[in-house]
Amino acid sequence: MARAHSLRRRTITTAACWLVGLVIFFPILWMAVTSFKTELEAVEIPPKFLFFDWTTENYGVVQERSNYLLFATNSILLSLGSTLVGLLFAIPAAWAMAFAPGKRTKDLLLWMLSTKMMPPVGALIPIYLLFRDLHLLNTRGGMIAVLFLLNLPIIIWMLFTYFKEIPGEILEAARMDGATLWREIVYVLAPMAVPGIASTVLLNVILAWNEAFWTLNLTTTDAAPLTVFIASYSSPEGLFWAKLSAASTLAIAPILVLGWFSQKQLVRGLTFGAVK
Amino acid sequence: MATRQTRILAHAATAPSTLVLFLWMIVPLAMTIYFSLLRYSLLDPGNESFIGLVNYEYFLSDPAFFAALFNTLKLVGGVLLISVVGGILLALLLDQPCWGRGIVRLMVIAPFFVMPTVSALIWKNLLMHPVQGLFAWIANLLGLQPIDWFAQAPLTAITLIVAWQWLPFATLILLTAIQSLDEEQKEAAEMDGTPPLSFFFYIVLPHLARPITVVILIETIFLLNVFAEILVTTGGGPGNLTTNIPFLVYAQALLQFDVGGASAGGIIAVILANIVAIFLVRMIGRNLEA
Repeated sequence: MARAHSLRRRTITTAACWLVGLVIFFPILWMAVTSFKTELEAVEIPPKFLFFDWTTENYGVVQERSNYLLFATNSILLSLGSTLVGLLFAIPAAWAMAFAPGKRTKDLLLWMLSTKMMPPVGALIPIYLLFRDLHLLNTRGGMIAVLFLLNLPIIIWMLFTYFKEIPGEILEAARMDGATLWREIVYVLAPMAVPGIASTVLLNVILAWNEAFWTLNLTTTDAAPLTVFIASYSSPEGLFWAKLSAASTLAIAPILVLGWFSQKQLVRGLTFGAVK
Repeated sequence: MATRQTRILAHAATAPSTLVLFLWMIVPLAMTIYFSLLRYSLLDPGNESFIGLVNYEYFLSDPAFFAALFNTLKLVGGVLLISVVGGILLALLLDQPCWGRGIVRLMVIAPFFVMPTVSALIWKNLLMHPVQGLFAWIANLLGLQPIDWFAQAPLTAITLIVAWQWLPFATLILLTAIQSLDEEQKEAAEMDGTPPLSFFFYIVLPHLARPITVVILIETIFLLNVFAEILVTTGGGPGNLTTNIPFLVYAQALLQFDVGGASAGGIIAVILANIVAIFLVRMIGRNLEA
């Protein structure tokens, strides 16, 4: 009796879960389907959901007409570049805060996080003018610098929480056993730190990839990532839905995959540890 | 505990990050404050003059500013309402036993990883187009008059798009919080035959109070800065119906070239964000000690 009851309940909740999940996911699914239609089919009413001539021509057109690869390369360079520079600065800082905390460490960390809360419009005009005068508008170097500064607080914060979980006693034990500082770092610390660093990289690549305030304001072509490329579809000419869908699918696919792997880190990185 | 040597090492290790973040925060802010006190137009370079608080007077007496302020509040409020209420309901649902929960979870979280320009343009065209959009087709099927979203209710349309992006964030955090609810408490409530509604209001909701506050604060900080979605869908229009504060500042600076006025607007945005940030930083700080 109880079992039959719980089976029924499970069936109902399963149906509800899937229904809600599909509704929320639908815009992405619909975009992917539309990307395989011809432009005429894309605007056809009633819409066809499955039974149309699936074609991949839009993907070819997107590349030929708008030099998709340049934008994709910029997205990759900007997101990886800013994250790597971020790690160079953040690893020593997070390390010191986690293993040699002083009286001011907590205040310093909170202050760093608070810089993340500054609205970008408060800095837009000076940064724009400085970039203009220093010839940094539309350059990859300039954008990497901005994205790096934007995400540095989150990188430090995440590394700090991961490093904090490494027990300090292990280091002492290694030292007692006569390990040199170098061996201590390579054989004891690195293996324990790598998973945390990897998670941090993952989340920050995602955040940098999707950043759409500074990229839209400071780049137009040469250093412009995919956010800017997609924005160019906001002034439509003729039929463009299938091409927009194809370009969009290409732009979000890699990050969607990375994102699905980073769910847990998302909670840790974006709530600043306020939810456990 | 720490020796003098490690203290010096620790200072050396944190110094570069502290320095660049300090510069990144203080230099633009100081320049924005300075610009906000000048008559400074990009069309008339070299003729800047000090005019005190005139830009603020101008900005605060401009009807467009209050329109933008109210649009900002409506957008933030609308998205918070949808994402928090929806997030609680979704988290409760996803906490139930169901087949393929992992896949459902992936589908629900997905919109958060879609870049703003993509979600805005896909919604605007494929879904919300008044003739060929999917919503119009569904409305016609149901015998309803399709809504011309970006003409009749542009701010609502943008609110829906942004809410779709932030609903997953609220859901994920609240789900994490619900799953940390004590199993024993759940079982005890079940044994006592507690009605689901009382269980929710007396046990689950109090447990969620803190995560809900965190979601509200963090989302507010990001939602005060919504920009790309407006730029690619409406450009702030029609009229100034969808102009929020960030967009107003952007338009003032880079479309009307009024650096002084735009800077005053930027400083007002900074003050608004700081009111929220104070509460958030305090909450994080309390948790850091525990």
